[in-house]
Amino acid sequence: MTKQTQNICSSLKPRRNIDPVHSGSGAWLAERLTSIALVPLTLWFIASVISLGDATRADMITWLHAPVSLILILCLIVATFWHMELGLRVVIEDYVHNISIRKSLLFLQRGLCIVAGLSCIIAALCLGLLEG
Amino acid sequence: MPGSDKTLDKRPLSPHLQIYRWPVSMVLSISHRITGAGLSVGALMMTWWLVAAAISDSAFATVQGFLGSNFGVFLLMGWAVALLLHFFLGIRHLMWDAGWGFGPLAQQQPVVLGSGSRIYRITGWGVIGITIGAVLVVWITGFRVWR
Repeated sequence: MTKQTQNICSSLKPRRNIDPVHSGSGAWLAERLTSIALVPLTLWFIASVISLGDATRADMITWLHAPVSLILILCLIVATFWHMELGLRVVIEDYVHNISIRKSLLFLQRGLCIVAGLSCIIAALCLGLLEG
Repeated sequence: MPGSDKTLDKRPLSPHLQIYRWPVSMVLSISHRITGAGLSVGALMMTWWLVAAAISDSAFATVQGFLGSNFGVFLLMGWAVALLLHFFLGIRHLMWDAGWGFGPLAQQQPVVLGSGSRIYRITGWGVIGITIGAVLVVWITGFRVWR
């Protein structure tokens, strides 16, 4: 055997550097669905942010008291953080080669997206439903 | 690649990025990823913005003050570029997912290296053009409203 095949054969243990997710096609579809949802939501958000401009907290409360704005921003938050989790997952899986670091980073980024998304949702609900 | 002592052998690569011409689709692909990562930071900024608005007047004034500062405006302008580029490149991706936008313009066209007859190159440059236009619209509208 050549030296290269010797090296490959000598490490015929089960591969330990992989972490199967088992839901790859679900993630693929979720990425497309969140992207489609984000097309109109992003345009709305850019327009809203520009029109808000130098807003005070009172302006934010007025803005989100309109039910349509509240609905749209909640959809935007869910779609954005879901899309972000999927995208960051792909990037980390591509560039981090050490299995332990990769698993930790994937766990952390999912946690971060959930916490940040939840914070945004609750903040939007506070602004939109409470009287300030 | 593993060496005989199971450590990674770091062998040198011949130079490539600084030699070969950069295809537009390659530049756009890595830009899509870079803007995506940058927009993740932007989403965290949005979290700060919303949570500060929910907390108190002074917290929100702090955020708005930061965003209104020179550095904040610079960040916002960059965020607009990243958002719009990622947005239009994402639409191009969605068109590909639907099956449209690959290959040569004419079905029977032979493969000619270096010619511009690949439709994804045209959509690629189209995205760049549309993004520049959209960025100018957003920047100008933003400045008109805010100043």
